[in-house]
Amino acid sequence: MSEMLALDFMRNALLAALVVGLAAPMVGIFLVQRRLSLIGDGLGHVALAGVAIGVITDSAPVWTALVAAVLGGAAIELVRARGRTSGDIALALMFYGGIAAGVVVINKVDGTQTANLTGYLFGAITTTTRADVVLFAVLCAVVVVVVTVLRQRLFAVAGDEEYARASGLPVLALNIALSILTAVTIVVAMRVIGLLLISALMIIPNAAAQQVSRSFRAASWWGVVLGIVSSVGGVVTSYYADTASGGTVVLLAIGIFVAAALAGAARRAIAGSRHRHAERHPHEHGPGCGHEAVTHGDHVDYLHDGHRHAAHEGHYDEHSADPPDAAHTLEDREEVPR
Amino acid sequence: MSTAAPPVLELSDAAFGYDGRPVISHVDLTVARGEVVAVLGPNGSGKTTLVTGLLGLSQHLSGDVQVLGTPLARLTDRTRLGYVPQRHTLSGGVRATVTEVVSTGLLAGRPWWRPAGRADRKAVQEALEAVGLADRARFDVETLSGGQRRRVLIARALVARPEVIVMDEPTAGVDRASQRVLAGVLQRLGRGGTTMLVVTHELAALRGVVDRIVEIDTGRVTFDGPPQGYAEHRARYARSAGRGAA
Ligand SMILES: [Zn+2]
Ligand SMILES: [Zn+2]
Ligand SMILES: [Zn+2]
Ligand SMILES: [Zn+2]
Repeated sequence: MSEMLALDFMRNALLAALVVGLAAPMVGIFLVQRRLSLIGDGLGHVALAGVAIGVITDSAPVWTALVAAVLGGAAIELVRARGRTSGDIALALMFYGGIAAGVVVINKVDGTQTANLTGYLFGAITTTTRADVVLFAVLCAVVVVVVTVLRQRLFAVAGDEEYARASGLPVLALNIALSILTAVTIVVAMRVIGLLLISALMIIPNAAAQQVSRSFRAASWWGVVLGIVSSVGGVVTSYYADTASGGTVVLLAIGIFVAAALAGAARRAIAGSRHRHAERHPHEHGPGCGHEAVTHGDHVDYLHDGHRHAAHEGHYDEHSADPPDAAHTLEDREEVPR
Repeated sequence: MSTAAPPVLELSDAAFGYDGRPVISHVDLTVARGEVVAVLGPNGSGKTTLVTGLLGLSQHLSGDVQVLGTPLARLTDRTRLGYVPQRHTLSGGVRATVTEVVSTGLLAGRPWWRPAGRADRKAVQEALEAVGLADRARFDVETLSGGQRRRVLIARALVARPEVIVMDEPTAGVDRASQRVLAGVLQRLGRGGTTMLVVTHELAALRGVVDRIVEIDTGRVTFDGPPQGYAEHRARYARSAGRGAA
C-alpha cells in the first residue's frame, strides 16, 4: 500500500477516484428516482463530441466536454418538457451524433494511434495530473453543495413531477439543474472511469443502497458510501491486478450490488421468520378505530379480540404483553412468542 | 358590493384543455368557503381537466376564472390550493418514508435555501395525525395499502394548510376497510371547514361528506345542486333514456 501511495500518479488517481465516488451517486439517486438511469450514458456520448472540439481547437478537452455536456443536459430537459413523441428521436440523434462525431474527429486528428480516444471512453486515471485533481475537486465540491441545498426539492420533483408543478415548485428549472449536475459529474468522472462506463457509477451504488435502506435519507448515505468504496477500491484493485481502472471500478460496484441484494433478501427472510403475522386482517387499526390502544415500547399495540396487534409494513404483527426488549423497535421488530 | 369573503372559486364561461384544444367549456361554477363539492362524470367527460386547470396543470383557454379572489393567471401563491393526485407510486423509483413524502408538501412555501425547521416537522406530524397515519410516519411508503397511500397524499396536501383542497379520485382502487377510514378523514376535514373539490365516480364512498354535486358530461356541466336533487336528476335521466330506447 505504501509503495502505491509513494507514486505521484497513484496519489492523484486515488484522490480523483474519491471525489468521483462521492459526487456520482449523490446526483445519480435522482436519476434512479426518475427512472432515467440511462440519461447519464447519453450525456457521456455528448461529452465525447465536446472532447473532439477540444482536440480540434487545441484547447483543454475537459472544458469543452463540460460545455457540450451542460448544453446537452439542458437540451434533454427542454425536449422532455415539450412532451412530444419526436423528442425521443431527437435525443437519440443527439446522443449517437455526439459519440460518432467524437470518434471520427479524435481518430482523424490523432491518426491511427487511438490511445487518447480509449482513454476518454474507458478512463485513463493514471494520466491524471495534479491540476486535473484540483479542478475535479472544485467541480465536485460545487456538485455536493448544490445537491445538498436542493436535495428535498430534487426529491419532490423526481418523485412526483405533476404534484411539484401544482404546488408551485419551479419544475423545469430544477430538472435543468439536475441535468447540469449530471453533466458536470460526467466530465469529472470521464478520466477515472470513462464516458462509456460513467453512468454505472451514478446508478449501481444507488441500486445497491436501495436493497439495504428503508428511507430516502438512509439510501442517499449508503449510495455515497458504496460509491466511494467502489471507485477507490476499484482503482486500488486495478493497480495490484494490473487491470483497466474504469472497468474494475464498475465490476466492483456490481459485486457490491449483488452482495447488497443477497444481504437484503437474507435480512427480510430472518425478520420474516422471527415475527408472527396476524391472520387475514381487513380492519385497519388507528386512532378511534374502536380498539383499545396500548403503548408498547416505541409504538402502539391495539387490543383486538384478546390479541395485541401492531402495524408493520403491509400487515399486522402479533405482539405479547411483555415489555419489549432492546431489539424490539419499530425499525427491526423481533417477536417473542405469546 | 358585498363585504363578505370572496368565493373560493368563481368560474364564468370558462374553458380548459390541452395544446389549445378545449376539453371542457362553458363552465359556470361558484364554490363558497367551507363547501364540499363532488365533481361527478364518466371517464373522459372533462372533470379531471377542469380541476387540473385550477391547479395550472391543464390550460385555461377562455372565460373568467377567479381562485381565492385572484384571477387564475395571477395566482402566484399556489400553496393556497392543495392537490391530491390519483397516484399509485409516491416516490418514484426509490424508497422513501411517509414523513419524507409528506414533507415535500411544504417545500413550495419556503425559500430554496432554507432547510426544514421545527415548525415544519410539527406541521408534518399534525398532517399525519389528521389522516390517522401518525404511527406509520417512519414506514416505507411502498409497504402501505392503497388507502393508506391515498391518505399520505392527503397529508401532503394538508401540511401546507391550503384554503381549498382538490382531490382526484381519492377512493378509486381502495379496499372497503380503507375506504371507511378514508371517508372518515374526509368527513373530519369537511366538518373542520376545509373547502374541498372532489373528483370521483364513486359517490357512495363519500356519502354524508358531500354538500353539493356538480355533474360533468361531454365537456359541459349537466347538473349542479344538492345530493338529493342529484338522485332525482339521475332518475329523470334514466326515465328519458329508457323512453328513448323503447
Ligand atoms: Zn382496531
Ligand atoms: Zn408491540
Ligand atoms: Zn387487529
Ligand atoms: Zn411483520
